[in-house]
Amino acid sequence: MSAPTGPLPRWIDIGVLPIVNLIMALIVAGLIVLAIGASPIEAIQSMAEGAFGSLDGISYTLYYATDFIFTGLAVAVAFHAGLFNIGGEGQAYIGGLGVGVVALTFDHSLAFLPMMLLGIVAAAAFGAGWAFIPAYLQAKRGSHVVITTIMFNFLATALMNYVMVYVFRVPGSMEVVSRDFESSAGIPQLSEIMAKFGIVISNTPLNLAFVWAIICCVAVWVYLWRSRGGYELRTTGLSPKAAEYAGIRPDRITITAMLISGALAGFVGLNEVMGYHRFLLLDFVAGAGFTGIAVALMGRNHPFGIVLASILFGALYQGGSELAFDIPTITRDMIVVIQGLVILFSGALAYMNRPLLERGWRLYAARRKPAATFVAPGTGG
Amino acid sequence: MSTDSAPVAAPDNPGDAPAVELVGIDKRFGAVHANRGVSLTIAKGSIHGIVGENGAGKSTLMSILYGFYEADAGEIRIDGRPIRIKSPRDAIAAGIGMVHQHFMLVDTFTVVENVMLGAESGVLIQGSIAKARAEIERLGRDYGLVVDPDAVVGELPVGEQQRVEILKALYRQCRILILDEPTGVLTPQETDQLFRILKALKDRGVTVILITHKLREIMAVTDRVTVMRLGEVVAERNTAETDREELAVLMVGRKVRLAPDRAKARPGQPALAVEHLSLTDEFGVKRLDDVNFSVRAGEIVGIAGVSGNGQSELLEVLSGIRGPTSGLIRVLGQEVKAGGEQCRPDRMRRLGLAHVPEDRSRLGLVSAFPAWESAILGYQRDKAYGFGPLISTSAAEKECARLMQSFDVRPPEPGLGCAKFSGGNQQKLILAREMARNPKVLLVGQPTRGVDIGAIEFIHKQIVAMRDQGSAVLLVSVELDEILALSDRIIVMFQGRIVGETPGERADERQLGLWMANAQADPGGEGPTVPRGPAIPGLTLQSPTLPRPTS
Repeated sequence: MSAPTGPLPRWIDIGVLPIVNLIMALIVAGLIVLAIGASPIEAIQSMAEGAFGSLDGISYTLYYATDFIFTGLAVAVAFHAGLFNIGGEGQAYIGGLGVGVVALTFDHSLAFLPMMLLGIVAAAAFGAGWAFIPAYLQAKRGSHVVITTIMFNFLATALMNYVMVYVFRVPGSMEVVSRDFESSAGIPQLSEIMAKFGIVISNTPLNLAFVWAIICCVAVWVYLWRSRGGYELRTTGLSPKAAEYAGIRPDRITITAMLISGALAGFVGLNEVMGYHRFLLLDFVAGAGFTGIAVALMGRNHPFGIVLASILFGALYQGGSELAFDIPTITRDMIVVIQGLVILFSGALAYMNRPLLERGWRLYAARRKPAATFVAPGTGG
Repeated sequence: MSTDSAPVAAPDNPGDAPAVELVGIDKRFGAVHANRGVSLTIAKGSIHGIVGENGAGKSTLMSILYGFYEADAGEIRIDGRPIRIKSPRDAIAAGIGMVHQHFMLVDTFTVVENVMLGAESGVLIQGSIAKARAEIERLGRDYGLVVDPDAVVGELPVGEQQRVEILKALYRQCRILILDEPTGVLTPQETDQLFRILKALKDRGVTVILITHKLREIMAVTDRVTVMRLGEVVAERNTAETDREELAVLMVGRKVRLAPDRAKARPGQPALAVEHLSLTDEFGVKRLDDVNFSVRAGEIVGIAGVSGNGQSELLEVLSGIRGPTSGLIRVLGQEVKAGGEQCRPDRMRRLGLAHVPEDRSRLGLVSAFPAWESAILGYQRDKAYGFGPLISTSAAEKECARLMQSFDVRPPEPGLGCAKFSGGNQQKLILAREMARNPKVLLVGQPTRGVDIGAIEFIHKQIVAMRDQGSAVLLVSVELDEILALSDRIIVMFQGRIVGETPGERADERQLGLWMANAQADPGGEGPTVPRGPAIPGLTLQSPTLPRPTS
């Protein structure tokens, strides 16, 4: 005899609930679109078309998704340790700085492969380094990591402004950007790879960092659910008292989790700085750090869910810009509103519809059960 | 379905109607059938006991009566009249009061404020306070429920806090009082006082329903007793016509022994010793105060005491969770000093010490984990569970299945979530994990708290078996019966100090109770002198007040 399962089967919890939330967000967004005199149906069509309707569209969607996978994983790893890392934005920014520093220093002397490995290491080291100070303060001094990581986002912005203006800006240029990297310091984009095989497609920013993001997903899954360190991390997150009992040191877990989290966020720099722009610039993170929180929430802090949620948010970004292009009455600000609604319903209100689904499921299960007991004797004998 | 009690029709004369009638109460939680057509009649002005193992459905039944849950089917009659109880508010209106296992009191409020909480009237509170104060004094006189109305509740001893709970119910004109496991937190003396109060209540016509799993309390105070098992009423007896053995058999459906058969201990060398161990917490309160004792291999030492007198802290310090402020711990001759790096749970484990924690659900396992993940808690770095930094799911699951089989954990499914196991089965899993490595020193805290009788017997046997294998066992329990049944030596703690010590076979419950309450007259002149050993022969030779199981 099997023990009673929870009120909701897992597939409803993970599969149906986010879709219901998404539909509700789209309905509310649709009402707003209607209110400004545009057609919600057309708007949806335009967005879907923009995000998935062409190879270009899909490429852009996945390019945006790459950032979100990194920041979503960053939030998830910290979350499993019971920490809320709001600092993905700053860690990503500083991660990008690290990428820029090594690219600008070594792009003349190193070949592509060592350059890329060095870029990965630099992104991780700088991102993790930026997360280390809040982590240390939390572990050893009890300063709340939510507060310190938020502050470190502002610090990251200030620091980047400074180093960009005073260190990396090309002398004489009005633009606050570094010089272009040599080609060895560029992560190959999809179009460049296809060109090697003689297939010509248009240029999009989608690059091999996406593959690295997927590798990171697998690595995070193995770490969290198949390694001793991940076991200790999850134990600490679920029950700090049990962790202490088991001889796990919570301060060490806090630091470890934040370092991993910061490193993952730092990989945004790979995608943006080495993959897309190929020079160092300001504000390339563009909110991906914060979107990562919504992505992790929607993806239930599981790498697989995070990939799906990232693609959804990538589609919203990409489809959104197409929409602003197609229907002029819908401005960029409207797009932000629609994205905000999705974040609201799938993130902040993620469990709002759960009681409703639970009641529905109970009714359904209750109706199904008597039928099953009547069938059983007949089939058995 | 009840076997002994027939459903009672409403009598013609409402004055003779039973206080409470439950007819065919049925309640399901998902797949769990908590109450199966329970029918129960409780006579007016009687003390009625309901006994059963954990999960027998007695708490569910009382929660239905008090309005926490609504029954799926069945009828409740109060004084012969059918009523619907949809919330505790309805229950209170019907004259039902409940004293919960965990008190529902505001610690920073005074007794008066707590008693009138939720029953105050008017805009200003002064009138209500005066009325409540007068009422508390009257109730105190009538029932022997003496409490200082102006005392802050958080500063009262547990026994008096419980009286405040009873006062709260009486203040709301309750005529039917439900007590859920009321004695778990009380000393034997406080328990006696409670029983006197219950008898006074009964004499004045209050109907008392006592939920417990302690059979001797049923025998001591009730008029009639209902036995529940697996959600059903299996028997009803007049207390005078039954005995503990019969009730125990009815509860578990088979014969149980209340004390395990055990050979005399053959203690060897001291395996665990503490010297001048002290612990001052972050608020500057001395939790452990110069504690000295030792446990020899092949011996069970029981630490008795009312909870909150340093036993929990002692376990935390010995297991390495908390470092002592000063003093020394010796595990198999290895010294662990205060402030040293050795004061860590993983180091202590490596020295050969295992720990079954008091707080099973928060320390002993992670409820959100599947069983196999909790089965490696504390041993997650063990080479047996995987290669290098990785954990082998299959190896850990296999080990979990083995532990489950050896300790009869049900259901034996390593993949099932920890939270889905009953308390007893969770405890068996933890014991299995901690005993699997044949520890030289075993610390056991509250091994059978919230565990049903069948599992208690099994757990006690395993603890004795560990002793017989040569482990030094330190047992901490607030259940005096358990301490008496298992210990070769008993140490009593009060306010962080050891206030008494006696060999197990010569232990006298009354003396232990006096030590636990620190009611000992100071034999010495100056300062608190610590009586040790069977220091007061006059008392130890007195016959026990309550029957104890003999082995």
